[in-house]
Amino acid sequence: MWELANLKVGDKALPFNLPGVDGANHSMEEYSGNAAVAVIFSCNHCPYVRAWEDRMVQIQSDYAPKGVQLVAINGNDATKYPEDNFETMKSRAREKHFNFLYLRDESQEVTESYGAERTPEVFLFDKTGNLRYHGAIDDNYDDPAAVKVKYLRDALDAVLSGSKLSTPETNPVGCTIKWK
Amino acid sequence: MKVRFLYSEDCPSHEEALKRLRSMLQQEGVETDVEIVRVDTFEQAEAEHFPGSPTIMIDGNDICPIPNAHYAPACRAYVLEDGRVSPLPSVSMIREAIRAARSES
Repeated sequence: MWELANLKVGDKALPFNLPGVDGANHSMEEYSGNAAVAVIFSCNHCPYVRAWEDRMVQIQSDYAPKGVQLVAINGNDATKYPEDNFETMKSRAREKHFNFLYLRDESQEVTESYGAERTPEVFLFDKTGNLRYHGAIDDNYDDPAAVKVKYLRDALDAVLSGSKLSTPETNPVGCTIKWK
Repeated sequence: MKVRFLYSEDCPSHEEALKRLRSMLQQEGVETDVEIVRVDTFEQAEAEHFPGSPTIMIDGNDICPIPNAHYAPACRAYVLEDGRVSPLPSVSMIREAIRAARSES
């Protein structure tokens, strides 16, 4: 099982204040009143992210009425991986109709502070800001129809109902974070 | 038929991709060694014209060429027949590439 580099289940969310594709800056503090916040380290180029993107949109759509906010953060080095630049983030968000926040971590400080290693990689926080789930979105990046366990949805359901999570941690599957 | 399999170690899907390649070669009755090349650096990626992991080259041709590709030691995305994006080429993509190469030889 993956070791969380910086956050363990039960730890508090780490702050951030980052520019979003919507033209505004967004902070973790802004969502302190939400029922749950799922921070998902992400990017534009990674085929695993691209395979999961529609599911991320659907999860946000399904859980927004319950006070859940997804926050995708792209901390990849856009110099070496130009497809991961901010302009492409904006066009990807438009093209795929992102209904969640998509923020740019140019300095990679937030990505590093969370200890993210892959994209996509989920850190799910409850209404008190405690980390309740870390890992993958579900168990099949390749085929949504073949998903057997919906890790993030199950975690959200547990968090929202105040129940204990049966699976608080899974291995995130995806591309490595592209460090400067 | 010259078959090369290029990959980056960081990319999680390369083992499955190689398995699919070997399986399709066997199914198509192609007896050939697969040259396996690990790509670790940008310099190597440029030298190999490597648009990402995994890449399968048959007789010098990428089975799924990307126009104006950026060469980098990273994962690449395949657009499957049903429009889904995947880190892996489908078995039918691999099979069709093998058949096309065989018919040209």
